[in-house]
Amino acid sequence: MLADQDRIFTNLYGLHSPGLEAAKKRGAWDGTQFLLQQGRDWIIEEMKKSGLRGRGGAGFPTGLKWSFMPKKSDGRPHYLVVNADESEPGTCKDREIMRHDPHLLIEGCMLACFAMGAHACYIYIRGEYVAEKHALQRAVDEAYEARLVGKSNVHDYPFDIYVHHGAGAYICGEETALIESLEGKKGMPRLKPPFPANMGLYGCPTTVNNVESIAVAGTILRRGGAWFAGLGRPNNTGTKLFCISGHVNRPCNVEEELGITFRELIDRHCGGMRGGWDNLLCSIPGGSSVPLVPAAEIIDAPMDFDTLRNLKSGLGTAAVMVFDKSTDMVAAIARISYFYKHESCGQCTPCREGTGWMWRVMQRMAEGRAQKREIDMLLDVTKQIEGHTICALGDAAAWPIQGLIRHFRPEIEKRIDRYSANPHPTPVPMAAE
Amino acid sequence: MANRRLAPPSEQPESFAFTPENAEWATGQIAKYPEGRQASAVIPLLWKAQEQNGGWLPQKAIEAVADQLGMPHIRVLEVATFYTMFALEPVGRYWIQVCGTSPCDVCGARELKQYLHDRLGPSGHVSPDGNFSWLEVECLGACCNAPMAQINHDYFEDLTPESLGKLMDDLAAGRPVKVGSQTGRVSSEPKDAITTLKDETLFDGSRVGAWRKRFEEAGLTEAGADATGEKARTEASAAESPKAARPDAGRATESKAAAAPAQNVADGKSADGKSADGKGAAASTAKS
Repeated sequence: MLADQDRIFTNLYGLHSPGLEAAKKRGAWDGTQFLLQQGRDWIIEEMKKSGLRGRGGAGFPTGLKWSFMPKKSDGRPHYLVVNADESEPGTCKDREIMRHDPHLLIEGCMLACFAMGAHACYIYIRGEYVAEKHALQRAVDEAYEARLVGKSNVHDYPFDIYVHHGAGAYICGEETALIESLEGKKGMPRLKPPFPANMGLYGCPTTVNNVESIAVAGTILRRGGAWFAGLGRPNNTGTKLFCISGHVNRPCNVEEELGITFRELIDRHCGGMRGGWDNLLCSIPGGSSVPLVPAAEIIDAPMDFDTLRNLKSGLGTAAVMVFDKSTDMVAAIARISYFYKHESCGQCTPCREGTGWMWRVMQRMAEGRAQKREIDMLLDVTKQIEGHTICALGDAAAWPIQGLIRHFRPEIEKRIDRYSANPHPTPVPMAAE
Repeated sequence: MANRRLAPPSEQPESFAFTPENAEWATGQIAKYPEGRQASAVIPLLWKAQEQNGGWLPQKAIEAVADQLGMPHIRVLEVATFYTMFALEPVGRYWIQVCGTSPCDVCGARELKQYLHDRLGPSGHVSPDGNFSWLEVECLGACCNAPMAQINHDYFEDLTPESLGKLMDDLAAGRPVKVGSQTGRVSSEPKDAITTLKDETLFDGSRVGAWRKRFEEAGLTEAGADATGEKARTEASAAESPKAARPDAGRATESKAAAAPAQNVADGKSADGKSADGKGAAASTAKS
């Protein structure tokens, strides 16, 4: 188990004050000036050395992302945008950072901005997080008052930080949609290229990072990239906030090393599986966008990016949803399909039409009111949506269904058999109703 | 995508204007963004307008915000209909948004929805006393505390139909309620059995500065930090390989990556890519 001294988010549960004084005692804003004096290249090099992979779902190396920003400004300002639009079902980690450890985030913003030559940072927080928005704003005000940030501050690097909020659109968690939304438009993703590092917010070089990726930066720089890289497993280094929800005895957020096994994670922190380990049906290990993994495969798997990818799933945001044998998995995936239908922005046809179509078919399959050949048709449609949209929402809508068909096909067929074995007054409609 | 329409004209108020207090607040919001980018403030302003108007957004407010920000009305209408947190029709004094996405769904959100349906009728309708209306929404991001609901601005977590019922009774009667977990959790810790962050030295400040040893061992001091050297290096690399001020649009005539006949002709070669001295197109592309 990760030792307490190696945990970055020491106030994860809000048992202590989130205020500046208490945060300083926990190690935030400690020697920030000294870190800045080491220079831009040193910061980026140290982040690369740490092997930190972005915590927002895609797992792209953070240090590398920072190095994509132009070294020298061509006259346009640079921006850092922090993605706090946490809406991936199952994920509730950034919320705890923002309301309980906001100073780690603000300090991280300053360091990241310095490394990228940015003087302004926008934190885009989801609209539903009203209390978190106020908590974060309080912390920002504190930092301004203490002259830790601002036009003229004790660190001698002009830096402004603003809290901006959205209004309830899942798609705004996609980086280019977030930028659009921040510019005051509908959150519809942009085509890439040009990439945000070249033309992002207001047409200026922009980097979009997840809250957790930014908030760990200060501690990584202080204790060294080598320290962070020493935790976890090769290529999957460091610590990560896991959000465990569903049918465990005590659902919780917890910071653990990457590569901890599923069984250990749940036994140690969540009081075990509800009804014992034999009761585990399957798990969705990385937020609703990744395919489910059945019990036998997940139970002793190390929770990291590469292992889960080899299990044809993904670590995503490390939102571990656990389902026991009482769960109607077909209905649960149908509910996820509804989520994507609801949240599709409507820009690309395959996603706009496909998510609704998949949801309607999934709903009939949950009842068994379908035909067996429609299972293959559904699978075929998911393959046609996947990869044919501007952003990854189309993929995210397709993968859970693919995972379900991969592992639960007999269950779907059994249901269809059971339905057709009984007389029903209404005829079974075709897929393309 | 959901069908979202403005409320019928009979429900719409005659006019809308920010109160002086809110107008001042709005000016402060607009100041957050660079000059000429005031459109960025559209969501915060609409949100404030909704708050001022009792929890829903009338057409006049949308137009007022558009006028204030110098945006065409249709652009703001687009925003108001795109984002689901803008309620376009009147809501109850307490607007209950139940999370119905999978993590909550498997932990009891269905019972909550059933309870609300039984007590208040179908979603989207204001109860006769004007106190409540409810709606099933998508993931609200409190999954470790499932099932949960948001009532106006506050999260209420770890709910059961009984505790939700009691909560609604208290709200209707004007009694104070406890925001957050309804089962006594502080936030998202494992209930009654915290397994981590017990080391007192994390919180008393005794570990502050311990990391500096690493730098002292490496012989780096604050004064010896390499600030000037880096500046010179950066400038040198910028001079050698300057970045384009703006990327090209990816058209074949702008990008040397395309082996197009037109490109070859423009480069003074024959259309099939052979240059005059007989070297292949690949070599010239590599050079460029």
